Amino acid sequence: MPYADPYLLPLAALLTAIGVTTIYRLEPDDAFRQSLWVVIGVAFFAVALVVYRHDYRRVETYKYLFGLGSLVLLALPALPGIGQTVNGARLWVKVGPLQFQPGELAKILLIVFLAGYLRDKREVLAQGRLKDFGPLLLIWGAAMLVLLQTNDLGSALLQFGIFLAMLYVATGRASFAAAGLVLFLFGAAAVYQVVDHVQQRVTIWLQPWTEEPVFCAQTGAQALRQDCGSFQLVKSLYSIGNGGFGGTGLGQGTFTTTAGDPIIPFLNTDFIYSAIAQELGLVGAAALLLVYMLFIARGMRIAIRADDGFSKLLAAGLTFGFALQTFIIVGGVLRVIPLTGITLPFVSYGGSSVVANFVLLAGLLLVSNRANAQHTLR
Amino acid sequence: MNDQIRKLALVGTTLIVVLVVATTYWQAWAAGDLADRQDNQIQRVAEFTVKRGEIIGNAGRPLAKNRREKIGGRTFYFRGYPQGGLAAHVVGYSTQSRARAGLERSLNDYLTGSNANLGAVLDKLTGSTVTGSSLHLTLNLNAQRAALDALGGRCGSVVALDVRTGKVLVMANVPTYDPNLIEKSYGRIARIDAPCRPVAPLINRATNGLYAPGSTFKVVTAAAALDSGKYTPDSSFVDPGYCEVYGRRVSNYDTTRPFGKIDLRNALKYSVNSVFCNIGKELGSKKIVEYAKRFGFYSTPPLETPTNERAPSGLYEGGELFDPELDSDVDPGRFAFGQERLLVTPLQMAMVAGTIANDGVVMRPYVVDQIRDPDGAIVTRTKPDELGRAVEPETARAVAAMMRGAVEEGTGTAAKISGLAVSGKTGTAETGISGRNTTWFICFAGREGREVAIAVVVEQQSSTGGETAAPIARGVLQALFGRTANS
Repeated sequence: MPYADPYLLPLAALLTAIGVTTIYRLEPDDAFRQSLWVVIGVAFFAVALVVYRHDYRRVETYKYLFGLGSLVLLALPALPGIGQTVNGARLWVKVGPLQFQPGELAKILLIVFLAGYLRDKREVLAQGRLKDFGPLLLIWGAAMLVLLQTNDLGSALLQFGIFLAMLYVATGRASFAAAGLVLFLFGAAAVYQVVDHVQQRVTIWLQPWTEEPVFCAQTGAQALRQDCGSFQLVKSLYSIGNGGFGGTGLGQGTFTTTAGDPIIPFLNTDFIYSAIAQELGLVGAAALLLVYMLFIARGMRIAIRADDGFSKLLAAGLTFGFALQTFIIVGGVLRVIPLTGITLPFVSYGGSSVVANFVLLAGLLLVSNRANAQHTLR
Repeated sequence: MNDQIRKLALVGTTLIVVLVVATTYWQAWAAGDLADRQDNQIQRVAEFTVKRGEIIGNAGRPLAKNRREKIGGRTFYFRGYPQGGLAAHVVGYSTQSRARAGLERSLNDYLTGSNANLGAVLDKLTGSTVTGSSLHLTLNLNAQRAALDALGGRCGSVVALDVRTGKVLVMANVPTYDPNLIEKSYGRIARIDAPCRPVAPLINRATNGLYAPGSTFKVVTAAAALDSGKYTPDSSFVDPGYCEVYGRRVSNYDTTRPFGKIDLRNALKYSVNSVFCNIGKELGSKKIVEYAKRFGFYSTPPLETPTNERAPSGLYEGGELFDPELDSDVDPGRFAFGQERLLVTPLQMAMVAGTIANDGVVMRPYVVDQIRDPDGAIVTRTKPDELGRAVEPETARAVAAMMRGAVEEGTGTAAKISGLAVSGKTGTAETGISGRNTTWFICFAGREGREVAIAVVVEQQSSTGGETAAPIARGVLQALFGRTANS
């Protein structure tokens, strides 16, 4: 890969290092497993680079296979027997000792499919004839189904957001994205009416603290909401607030009671940002976010430099997926949007996440290598 | 497509900028509010790494100390309360499992050295253990113990104030609780039983318990009557044994014996309801409310404990403080002798007695005498503070003389101590159910320039304030002035 973007790999390595360090500080055993996953992720990364070193664009031929694969992966957690419900959301699959979130890989397959499909149909779609929108409405329906199946607003928002962004890039029609967003909001509002879990998440988001006890669905008794449904969010905010400007210092943060019981659950996955924000403070948290911003800027630059439509769509889709995922989890932790359990790319503990993000990185490097090579050789 | 990608790049980076802004909001703008929240367990646990300031009673006896413990490489300072339940409602508690209470809550900033302690700031920067400032209280622990003993298991409260300064010498409540149990044996506190409902052992009855004042409120009415100039101690009344208000008869406590012709001086001495009923009708309820306000009613009594642990005294309607707009909103007759919807705290009634003893000037009560930094240097020292004048000095002296009569030969003789001039007023608020009276005694006494005002309330009694509350006040006075008061 002589012409690949020289910044992406170091940025990803930096994020991975921050992740492993933080996980080691919080839960040393998990850090060992995370390192193993990093090795596996890098192996996937290397294989992808080697296999597609000449021309990755042949995957375009199999775009429907990728689309189908994405749907299958998304549907896996809903299957009885292997599907697992964690924290109210069905996002996990468990086969024997192996546990993974297929949604992470489904996201990448979906981006490949969309890049191929939209490059094919972009002129037709841009004319705005209603009959061409059949497959797209199908995708909207699928996103809604995923939302219903998984009970998870976050992954549905992520998949659908990627779809809208790529649709916009392909057609240049912002009205499409706006219409899609409205459709999504309608769908989400309908789901909100039916699904308790989603309702709870929104209530918690709007009003995490109550002065008077309210009904607590977890225990069935009356309790203050900060002691019941919103305790994770509230404790995570306390963790962030405790960091202040400079942070407590690595290893000096408070995450357990004096008896050693954890105060914040899912600290090294969903809430890893609140752990980092406490120990490194505003200075460190902002620096971390800047690393993400640099990654996004480089990714988008690759999309601009790429020569063909498929490459542009692929790079833009992968980068925007990365950005949106970061926003959904960190925004949830910061109470900007309702909190949902997805991972912070490269930093959160989790095998499927690490592997998926290294595959994403491989994709971006492949596109950049080809684009830069053509610019240089021309 | 490049144009769209550029716009998408802008969206992507904007999302991250939003996150930076939100992080800044929580870590800079809202951090203080988050730290102040009582359910902030992280803040509470983090503060256990601070060597918290001690809380010390009179004669250097500690009420709250630290216990040093090393867990997982970090040094924590946990609280221990050597005196147990002795002054639990004033001191409060600081635990990690529950929100703080008492002075441990309201003066947390001093105790953790997070303000006014330069050394603590330096310690924080250099990473060494932060040490907080210590509180030195005005409480007299011997008298505090005497008050608890005198209550002896009966629910109630005793407040004693230094008349000239407003220092709180005693603030004792039954039932009390052992703050050492809050952290690990909270169930034992929840199971505390006492002969009253609600039992509520965590409530500071002295500042947050609202009771019908009964006849002790006649002191306020008498002060209003004399101060208005309409009455003198010699004003004469005829007592038929009852008083007519809105066509209904209100009887004296002892209905078998009407006094006939009686003056105001003796009416207070023997607590004659009909006389005060007629004074109330003459003055009007708004006038009495006005005087009550001058004594501190209708505002949360000042003290260093948390605001939510103190309640204002006054007329209550449906759980809310109620300030009548018209004289006819309140029955002036029954209001004048402490019935109607009037509810008071023991601290407020001690302030009434103290004000009479202090020639009509209300002193701000305080329980923290000094705050000292870890080197022993004084950070703040509380200076006695006048809240205002309630009545003219002549009025106060005349009421004081009438109260002296009540102890010498009236309803309060049980508080008499030879060698000590005690002046007081009894109160018995009947609930209509036998064995459910709230009984009161408020008094003041002094010797050699040192004067003390006391309020005692006892719940669920079958007899009168003179029989149940006055002896308790006597016990506390003996503890404060010495048993051999006549020597």
